[in-house]
Amino acid sequence: MSALSRTQARPYWHPLAAGGMLGLALLATFLFTGHGLGSSGFFARFTAWLWDLIAPASAAANAYLGPYLNGPVLNSWITWQVIGVMLGALVSALSSGRFRLGVEGGSSLPRSSRLVWALIGGILVGFGSRIARGCTSGVGLSGGATLAVGGFLFLICFFAAGFAVTAFSRRLWQ
Amino acid sequence: MTLPLYDNGIISGLFAGLLFGYALESGGLGSPRKLTAQFTLKDWTVFKVMFTAVLVAATGLWLAEAAGIIAPKSVYIPTAYMWGTSLGGLAIGAGFAIGGYCPGTSAAGFASGRLDAAVFMGGMVIGIWIFSAAFDLLEPVYNAAPGPQGQTLAELFGVPAIVVIVALAVMAAIGWAVAVRLEARNGGPLSYEDVADGLGDSDTGAAETGAYRPHEAV
Repeated sequence: MSALSRTQARPYWHPLAAGGMLGLALLATFLFTGHGLGSSGFFARFTAWLWDLIAPASAAANAYLGPYLNGPVLNSWITWQVIGVMLGALVSALSSGRFRLGVEGGSSLPRSSRLVWALIGGILVGFGSRIARGCTSGVGLSGGATLAVGGFLFLICFFAAGFAVTAFSRRLWQ
Repeated sequence: MTLPLYDNGIISGLFAGLLFGYALESGGLGSPRKLTAQFTLKDWTVFKVMFTAVLVAATGLWLAEAAGIIAPKSVYIPTAYMWGTSLGGLAIGAGFAIGGYCPGTSAAGFASGRLDAAVFMGGMVIGIWIFSAAFDLLEPVYNAAPGPQGQTLAELFGVPAIVVIVALAVMAAIGWAVAVRLEARNGGPLSYEDVADGLGDSDTGAAETGAYRPHEAV
């Protein structure tokens, strides 16, 4: 299996090519929509939708997610954009021979531990994406492209915490 | 025709996302080991792709404004909230270091077959729910110390936008030169083979310790 993928998979693009394409896509998004790219806004809407499905009364009463339920909760630009991200990544992975179903993590870490850490990391990122009013895409990348003070404040904090936590977590990836 | 079009329809969203996801996966940003190798200084792809994209888009927006194609301040500029933006950036950096993704890259990782990205997305839903459930307590922090509405670095420093863009480009170029040296010293950057088949000793490691092989088929 690995011998096959070694010969069939195409290498990743040079970072200038990937970054250049991402920058042009971001520019086009600004010119078409008036705003940049995002991601976490979809997950907030999905959470509101799921909460409404399970416990509609408490979802509607919630001060933060409740207002999302006043309009079409999932039918929003950001939902279609995140579906587009998945389709784009799928097409790229399939056409380059890089699609592989599995769990990726450090080779010395048991798979169950990898999944527990993925869950904990996801909880932190989900929480952080709400208190920051966006994530690496919406505030960092798109905010950075507009030269927003908030975009660079976010990026400095993101990189600082990433380096600090990796001092303790690097064995997860070895 | 005046730009921006402010088109927020289905096709607009799908098309923007398609390009975004295609670029992320092509650059290797769907791989959590490649993403987190940024913070072990082995692989600076996150820094390189992000700064290239920011500079390309910022330059394009500046040109569009200078040519009169778009009006000043006609695109959305996020406002800095000293506490909310900082704490959120710190939480996302920390969660990225242990979970392996941020929201956009988890979507790219999942779509390229990574099941750990699906678990990460489940975690995000829990984290968003916790924030929402505790919103009454968190609201003072969330709204504390807002900066001026949509303030840019150009306004903060009182210089033209192009000066900021050139300064960022110089910093990115210096960062890139340092990055290439550090990558060479640390045995990076990670290729697709490294990501797919694990680091050099993972075959024997898997056999002897019973650990799984990274990204093995399920």
